[in-house]
Amino acid sequence: MKNISTASKILSALVFVSMLVALGAVFLYAPMEKVMGDTQRIFYFHVPAAISAFICFFLVFLGSVQYLRTRETRWDRLALCSAELGVMFGLIVLVTGPLWAKPIWGVYWRWEPRLTSMLITFTIYVAYLMIRTHGTRSGQAPRLAAVLGIVAFANVPLVYYSVDLWAAEQQLHPPRNVGLAPEMRYTLWICFAAYALLLVQLLLRRLDLARVEEAVERLRQRRDELADY
Amino acid sequence: MEKLQYLFAAYAAIWVILFAYIMRLQSRAKELGEELERLGADLSSTTPPSADA
Repeated sequence: MKNISTASKILSALVFVSMLVALGAVFLYAPMEKVMGDTQRIFYFHVPAAISAFICFFLVFLGSVQYLRTRETRWDRLALCSAELGVMFGLIVLVTGPLWAKPIWGVYWRWEPRLTSMLITFTIYVAYLMIRTHGTRSGQAPRLAAVLGIVAFANVPLVYYSVDLWAAEQQLHPPRNVGLAPEMRYTLWICFAAYALLLVQLLLRRLDLARVEEAVERLRQRRDELADY
Repeated sequence: MEKLQYLFAAYAAIWVILFAYIMRLQSRAKELGEELERLGADLSSTTPPSADA
């Protein structure tokens, strides 16, 4: 137990330091982009947030498939906790995106392929969480949510490849794999690393909390059984 | 250094969302801790008598 606590403290310290380094790289090291100016610096936290959300949605998919296959609670727990984190990272993407869009495109929002597909994906995972929140005592809820967790993942490649799938004149987002100056690329990788550590830290904490929630639920059932007895 | 308010707003929003989520986790952990104590007390007072008694 002491080892777990020490590991958690080390991970927290790593997250803190990596976030400071990432912020330093974004504001002090990365050069100003010539066309977009300083507003482009939103990119360094916006893109890793989107990738983190996609990783979380993949974990929901993995947990859901495994839960339906094995009916082991740990897979359902992984899916639930990942969905919550995916929605949180998705919210960061959907808030920072329009704040980047306004000074560059002149509007906060346009119903273009990537924005629209991301909003739809986000809404589906919010629905997933609503099923879990309002159906916790029903035995059907984890199974129903697992099916949704699998189906919902089909949207993720759609969001990622939306810039290729629809006609260029409908797009506001740039194509994938835009060439970046080396300093910009290094900064982006530092931000990816910081977000990866943050994701691991938050997921481990959320999984711990979910285990306690399950223990409380078991104790509640035990108390009710004893009260009936 | 034009349109810096959008850059500021975006980074402020990121930290607000992250801290709100972490605070939510903390508050849930506290609630669960309190409920565990309550359930422990309830269970110790409602434990049925053992067969030896």
